[in-house]
Amino acid sequence: MRFNRRSFAPVLLLLGMGVSSAATAADITGAGATFPYPVYAKWAEAYKAKTGSGMNYQSIGSGGGIKQIKAKTVDFGASDAPLKLEELEKEGLVQFPAVMGGVVPVVNIAGIKPGEMKLTGNVLADIYLGKIKKWNEPAIADINKGLKLPDADITVVNRSDGSGTTFIFTNYLSKISTEWKDKVGSATSVSWPAPTGAGGKGNEGVASFVQRLKNSIGYVEYAYAKQNKLTFTLLQNREGQFVAPDDKSFQAAAAGADWKNAPGFYEILTNEPGKASWPITGATFILMHKNQVNIEKAKEVLRFFDWAYQDGDKMALDLDYIPMPDEVVKLVQAEWKSKIKDASGKPIW
Amino acid sequence: MDAVDHTLEAPQGASLPPGMLRGIPETLLRRQHLYDLAFRNVTRMFAFLVLALLAGILISLVIGSWPAIQEFGPGFLASHEWNPVTEKFGALVPIFGTVVTSFIALLIGIPVSFGIAVFLTELAPLWMRRPIGTAIELLAAIPSIIYGMWGLFIFAPVFADYVQPWMIEYLGPIWFIGPLFKGAPQGIGMLTAGLILAIMVIPFIASVMRDVFEVVPAMLKESAYAVGATTWEVVWNVVLPYTKIGVVGGILLGLGRALGETMAVTFVIGNAHRLGTSLFAPGNSIASALANEFTEAVGDLYTSALIELGLILFLITFVVLALSKILLYRLAKREGTLT
Repeated sequence: MRFNRRSFAPVLLLLGMGVSSAATAADITGAGATFPYPVYAKWAEAYKAKTGSGMNYQSIGSGGGIKQIKAKTVDFGASDAPLKLEELEKEGLVQFPAVMGGVVPVVNIAGIKPGEMKLTGNVLADIYLGKIKKWNEPAIADINKGLKLPDADITVVNRSDGSGTTFIFTNYLSKISTEWKDKVGSATSVSWPAPTGAGGKGNEGVASFVQRLKNSIGYVEYAYAKQNKLTFTLLQNREGQFVAPDDKSFQAAAAGADWKNAPGFYEILTNEPGKASWPITGATFILMHKNQVNIEKAKEVLRFFDWAYQDGDKMALDLDYIPMPDEVVKLVQAEWKSKIKDASGKPIW
Repeated sequence: MDAVDHTLEAPQGASLPPGMLRGIPETLLRRQHLYDLAFRNVTRMFAFLVLALLAGILISLVIGSWPAIQEFGPGFLASHEWNPVTEKFGALVPIFGTVVTSFIALLIGIPVSFGIAVFLTELAPLWMRRPIGTAIELLAAIPSIIYGMWGLFIFAPVFADYVQPWMIEYLGPIWFIGPLFKGAPQGIGMLTAGLILAIMVIPFIASVMRDVFEVVPAMLKESAYAVGATTWEVVWNVVLPYTKIGVVGGILLGLGRALGETMAVTFVIGNAHRLGTSLFAPGNSIASALANEFTEAVGDLYTSALIELGLILFLITFVVLALSKILLYRLAKREGTLT
């Protein structure tokens, strides 16, 4: 008995070490935006199954993600709204887009089915400014000949929490309407000017308000509109075409974007050129430090996103996210090579 | 403090007759004295821990909100602007929403809870008291998010379709209170939030009231009945005066829940930073503004303004507590002067 116990001890010790080292083999942590959380979680699961190294992502919100990466408590931060180049330089950060999504106006009007109503950017801005008050006003009726529009007050629904969705949406309205730009501006949360209206928490909050409130309009991520079968509208893009929101029109917007000349990938995919482009598209971003101390971890982060760019497309599409086009991935990886370095200044990718 | 020390040290004192100490070993006495000392200090530490925690929270709230306090000054309390883009913040809308929804909750909650407690202690047959009492306690245990979801998905549509149109038609034209019931029947808004809160505070207030009503000595009540008092007179003139501290305590417990309630309110209040006279209009409360905006608040001033909102909520609760203590003190002083 005594003999046995003694001989087992080193074996157990070795086993224990083996288990613990496998678990900590460059597990990476990230924190930030809530919008891409489902796809990051899905990728992390598949990546762990394939390589054995885990990715732990905390969806604490974009603001939190930016704070955490500045404080260096995580290996990467994630934000729906990109940081401007000056801020990136100041904090010594690199930024790159990970995945895209679209924001879709949704309405609740009796008798109107998904994809039937047409809206232009200006009409949308005027509704949210409170200038267009009723659904049957000429501005809406003129572009929707043949639709029966009610003589009813429009209830405007917005996000009550700060969100990347609001950022993309208000960014689009600012590009279209100078009045919106001057009065409201664009940010993750804004002071909503419309005199009536309610705020829902999260995409699900807005979706349920729009479903519940008659004659309302709101904006949600495409995935929510699709999964909840909300009445989305068509939207006029920069080329004057009315397009429907789907993965093709989002990808068209991404392809039309000029990533090459966007310093620090500060590119918001709203109002992009291209006949098929959906005008309210946006990417969500990853933030990393330029000068890395823990090379293994930094490499693992880059390996993870490299893998996600190559093998994660289908998983993203299944969850109604839009993967980055290959040309953009090439640009991103060139950025990794030129910017992310170890202590001696050697690129780590 | 000194008096306490003195009594605890008394067994060792020379004043005791020596005969009393005979047979008890000196070391045992000393050890027991040490135990007492340790016990006293540990309990004192726990009690002071609460104070330290309270002070710590207050200090960190003040530090966190300092940038906003410096930027906006006392005007923060009076401004209804809330604009994250231009970084202009004011707390009037959330303060208004918090106070109004809590007021509605108590306006409905107190009479109903009082009725429940009176029924359960004075009127209900004995076999009925246990099950109803347990049901009320179970209501108190339901998580607030359930109330919120129920409020949004079930209560609000029914309220919008059947109750609000009626209120708009019949209460809207009434002088003075009419403007409170104007606007589109959306189902969500300040009134809905107040009603949901009322449902949430009733179990708290009712169960405290029932518990304190039960301790009223039967002799007092029976004496009143003997001189011909009605049930109402007994409740109003005997039970309530006897239990007023407990009743106020129960109401405060409910008010505390109403003031700080977050999830349920966020679901139904509409979350709009807008000041209006109509109770049907969406508004905002301090707790729901915090829940909505804290995670994605970008920029120091924005975060700081939100923390200042938290500080204000803390102070509102404190003021309410202080006022109720003063009220009780006044009542106690008047005791005996009324005939």
